[in-house]
Amino acid sequence: MQLAELHGHRQYADRAFRGIALCAAGLVLLVLGMIAVTMTQRAWPAFGRTFFTSTRWSAPDGLFGALPFVWGTLYTAAIALVLAVPVSLGVALFITQAAPPWLKKPMVYLLDLLAVVPSVVFGLWGVLVLSQHFGLGRSFLTAGVILAVMIIPIITSLAREVIETTPVSDKEAALALGATRWEMICASVLPHSKGGIVGAVMLGLGRAMGETIAAALVIGSALGQITVDPFAPGNSMPAVIANEWGEADGAHKAALIALAVTLFVITIAVNLIATAIVQRSMKRSHGT
Amino acid sequence: MTAGAPSAIDLRAKPSWRTTKNTLMLAVMAAAVVLVAIPLVAVLWSVIDKGAAIAFRGFPDFFTHAIPGISRKAGPGMGPAIVGTLLATGGATLIAVPVGVLGAVYLHEYGGAGTFARLVRFMATVMTGVPSIVMGLFVYLIWTMRFGYSAFGGALALACLMLPVVIGSTEQMLRLVPAPLREAAYALGATRSRTILTIVLPAALPGIISGVLLAIARAAGETAPLMFAVGAANAYNPHLFHEANTSLSLQIFSNAMSAFSAAQDRAWGAALTLVLLTFIVTLIARVFTSRLALKS
Repeated sequence: MQLAELHGHRQYADRAFRGIALCAAGLVLLVLGMIAVTMTQRAWPAFGRTFFTSTRWSAPDGLFGALPFVWGTLYTAAIALVLAVPVSLGVALFITQAAPPWLKKPMVYLLDLLAVVPSVVFGLWGVLVLSQHFGLGRSFLTAGVILAVMIIPIITSLAREVIETTPVSDKEAALALGATRWEMICASVLPHSKGGIVGAVMLGLGRAMGETIAAALVIGSALGQITVDPFAPGNSMPAVIANEWGEADGAHKAALIALAVTLFVITIAVNLIATAIVQRSMKRSHGT
Repeated sequence: MTAGAPSAIDLRAKPSWRTTKNTLMLAVMAAAVVLVAIPLVAVLWSVIDKGAAIAFRGFPDFFTHAIPGISRKAGPGMGPAIVGTLLATGGATLIAVPVGVLGAVYLHEYGGAGTFARLVRFMATVMTGVPSIVMGLFVYLIWTMRFGYSAFGGALALACLMLPVVIGSTEQMLRLVPAPLREAAYALGATRSRTILTIVLPAALPGIISGVLLAIARAAGETAPLMFAVGAANAYNPHLFHEANTSLSLQIFSNAMSAFSAAQDRAWGAALTLVLLTFIVTLIARVFTSRLALKS
């Protein structure tokens, strides 16, 4: 009798704990859903017919054309990728395939340090040192360089993880056939980790597009410019939001939130694709 | 084994285009490592070079004085920003860590490979990619518009950023707990929740703490999530829920855009403080990780 009662009590506590844990896990879905709903709701009036086609952005006139900022976001992210991808791949390959064992740890440590430097500190360095003493000015290129520095640790560490799953037998097979180390990388490592590397690069792309503070400080805050000149001052979606929010009201705020929604949708899309690619390539490499 | 004995045939491979190419590509990889080190060294050098002179002049002044109201005036003061950073980051930790750890417990101990757990896991990965400024605006809409500026708004935004990171790192640590530990607890008649709370979580604790500390280090350096929810202040505000506050990152951002060299100097001093803070937290995380490595 007593034992049964105790048993029931314990089962109740067990169920309650499971319920609490379930709620905690579900909170992720709730928060993501709430972000999508509340922000779209507030931004809805701003998504007029010309929001994505007009190049004029003038708050006093009530004109909100987001095209130049979409362009700026994509362009700076592209510059960042062009600079960051070769370097990240080189570092990831060096750490996993070429570095002597005693050098591996310090290099991973270096990348961790780079990843933990706050973005506002990179921005401060970009605006007061890089743009002033290296003749870059505040421009697309300066923003691209700073973003590249910030995404290199992300791409490198993900690429490193994927590369390290290359089966030793694959590598030894290539070496046994007389391949040099570089030939072994081309024949065994790269084909194996192609998918994962693409995913890593896309995650870096997502981060570069969403980075706010560093871009806001160094991109130059020009309005209505669509140009491929890397030395021209420009603007990106997150930078506009950060720089104009303080003086914004009413329709202007709605337009800025609409920019955030646009940014949210683009980065979510990029991340969904990237995560799917990484998970598929991981499953394939672990499955067989 | 005698050194210097002349050998009749030289068995070493002669340099060919293939071996040259190999050496060349390895050199390119090594050059990439140097390229990565350059910005890190340059940034840290600037921060230490320009920040130390400001932050350590008349030692504790910079860390204790209030921020000057007139930004072109030279002089110390980042005390309120340090308090603000600690409040927002601490608040975020108190929210995100229990929720994140419990969420990870559900995913690993209960959900397993089920549809719901897989969905949550996938969405948590996606959530790590949501730009921090979006989190900031979200918290502005659901919290700040109703309750006004406060450090707590910033804590909420940072908690949204930390949550998926804590879930991810904690689940990875739970995966490392050996199954026989759980089975032993079940065999002794412990319930599932008791096993988790008294066996599994303590076993994974060093790894969980390490992951949490890394998430804290990242959150402490964030600016964009705070700018909409925290507001602006120059004086000390030790209250989590009342009145506008400030933070080191916000001060660096606003002073970096200033034309006055006194303000820029304070930005460098604040940057040094923030970098020291995040590096120390990262270092402690490293200690926990190495302890974990020793154990396993």
